[in-house]
Amino acid sequence: MSADLLLRPTTGSPVTSAADVARGRTRRARRRRTVTLVLLVLVVAGFAVSLMFGRTFYPASDVLRVVLGEQVPGASFTVGRLRLPRAVLAVFAGFAFGLAGVTFQTMLRNPLASPDVIGISSGASAAAAVGIIVLGLNGTAVSVLAIVAALGVALLVYVLAFRDGVVGTRLILMGIGVAAMLDSVTAYALSRAAEWDLQEAMRWLTGSLNGAGWNQVVPTVVAVLVLAPVLLWQSRNLSALQLGEDTAAALGVRVERTRIVLIVAAVGLIAFATAAAGPIAFVAFLSGPIAARIVGPGGSLLVPSALVGALLVLVADFVGQYALGTRYPVGVVTGVLGAPYLVYLIVRTHRAGSSL
Amino acid sequence: MTTTPSLTAEELCLGYGDRTVVSDLDLAVAPGAITVIVGANACGKSTLLRAMSRLLTPRAGRVVLDGRQVHRMPAKELARTLGLLPQSPIAPEGITVADLVGRGRHPHQGVFSRWNERDDAAVAEALDATQTAELADRAVDELSGGQRQRVWIAMALAQQTDVLLLDEPTTFLDPSHQVEVLDLLTDLNQARGTTIVMVLHDLNLAARYADRLVAMAGGRVHAQGEPAEVLTEETVRAVFGLESRVITDPTSGRPLMLPIGRHRVFEPAAD
Repeated sequence: MSADLLLRPTTGSPVTSAADVARGRTRRARRRRTVTLVLLVLVVAGFAVSLMFGRTFYPASDVLRVVLGEQVPGASFTVGRLRLPRAVLAVFAGFAFGLAGVTFQTMLRNPLASPDVIGISSGASAAAAVGIIVLGLNGTAVSVLAIVAALGVALLVYVLAFRDGVVGTRLILMGIGVAAMLDSVTAYALSRAAEWDLQEAMRWLTGSLNGAGWNQVVPTVVAVLVLAPVLLWQSRNLSALQLGEDTAAALGVRVERTRIVLIVAAVGLIAFATAAAGPIAFVAFLSGPIAARIVGPGGSLLVPSALVGALLVLVADFVGQYALGTRYPVGVVTGVLGAPYLVYLIVRTHRAGSSL
Repeated sequence: MTTTPSLTAEELCLGYGDRTVVSDLDLAVAPGAITVIVGANACGKSTLLRAMSRLLTPRAGRVVLDGRQVHRMPAKELARTLGLLPQSPIAPEGITVADLVGRGRHPHQGVFSRWNERDDAAVAEALDATQTAELADRAVDELSGGQRQRVWIAMALAQQTDVLLLDEPTTFLDPSHQVEVLDLLTDLNQARGTTIVMVLHDLNLAARYADRLVAMAGGRVHAQGEPAEVLTEETVRAVFGLESRVITDPTSGRPLMLPIGRHRVFEPAAD
């Protein structure tokens, strides 16, 4: 059907042209592109800074030579073995948390419905802690266990919340309950550890990048490279789902199929990132709302919030290591940021008169 | 303009869980006309609309669009021919009118295809038809109920379907906005020949705007036809359990139903 003029009102408002619509759309798209680009630059800059600065400063030239595989006395160990895997994990874990978080928040149309609030991160964390500490697993086996557990928790929360369909509020409350149970599983596993290792404990309770090695980093990177495109491919369907299941279905979205693909991909991201870095507190929860605030409404938030997640973890880890006198794991810093926002959200929704 | 497609329901049985809502229903929607479905609460009218737009899979029977079962058609292909505006669609926080109307283009876009001029033209046309162009850059959540409903209809128009189903499009609107929405849908029907099927609560507005009126009761079609044939005192009694008088509407010549309750009624005059 062409743009026939049959329906134009004969009097009154002037006729809108396709060019008018295109202008407004371009203006909004330009803002999103600019913000995305700035975020990307900031992530790259943060990555570079975290390689160069620390107890010892190494100039960019040394860092670059190490990254390219040359042997540089001192720098090869500090930058190549310690800082590089840590920074790569920070970027990819943050990216995974940010992307998975905004996927859940958008799909369930509630900022509280992020995987770290509704128990999915707790499930991955509990499984990883049990796997490593109690069962003595490592590497890929831990990731697989974390994924199975995270998917299991997603399914469990969904089933518990199901009564003539799933309502967001019920799902969130069930999720918070399940998260509390799983956190106690983590605590139990930690208490069974042969020697009480504070580093390990911090990782599985709040998330930490301490001691990150390539064997933890590589699975997370691969997971992001495989699963992020899946979510981006579903981006338009996700936008349609925001209008409600009925409207989305009327627009030609296969609601159930889309939802399963989105959940599996997002849970996979959470599980891989958690198996490597622990459930870095509130990154999944915070990234989407921050991205929404700076990008503005309308378009897809997937890429901006993934970048916000990466930036959050990079900056929080840097602050935790060097800015506070004592070294704190990254999750402590992000927790300090996230907790007040959680309180603010709950207060605000209560003022608006709705429950959650 | 392609020929207007036909839409029929055949031996349709619908339900949720173990509750049967619609049983053995046959309905042929008149192509190019406005069909209005009326009936008491929980008579299955919204359920029927959901099944016709494939939101609900029938237990038995089928919905046929131009000789093809809608439940076997590819989702996007169906969405290019048949649109549905649900009773309470959800606007994402802060979304602008133009962006929301643009979401109606979803079935016309592939995964990798970019937004093109035809999409812009469809949005512009939908904004003009609903007189919402001046709201294009406003946030949907700032609008009044009437404006918001026009924006949702604009989104359904941007979908450019030959058949449009609407579930109570006038709910929560004051009388002037109810009439405005129904006038707009009539314009659309007359200008484009779009087949419109809608559920309405207000019997008198239904009788005034419908080309064909369908009265449902207990999950079946009780009566259907021209408003004057369907909206009678007998039908109102059978379908709604309500005594009434039906007179001729002096402005439209259509039937006008006046309910009769227990109070505020003149004693029958001994004439």
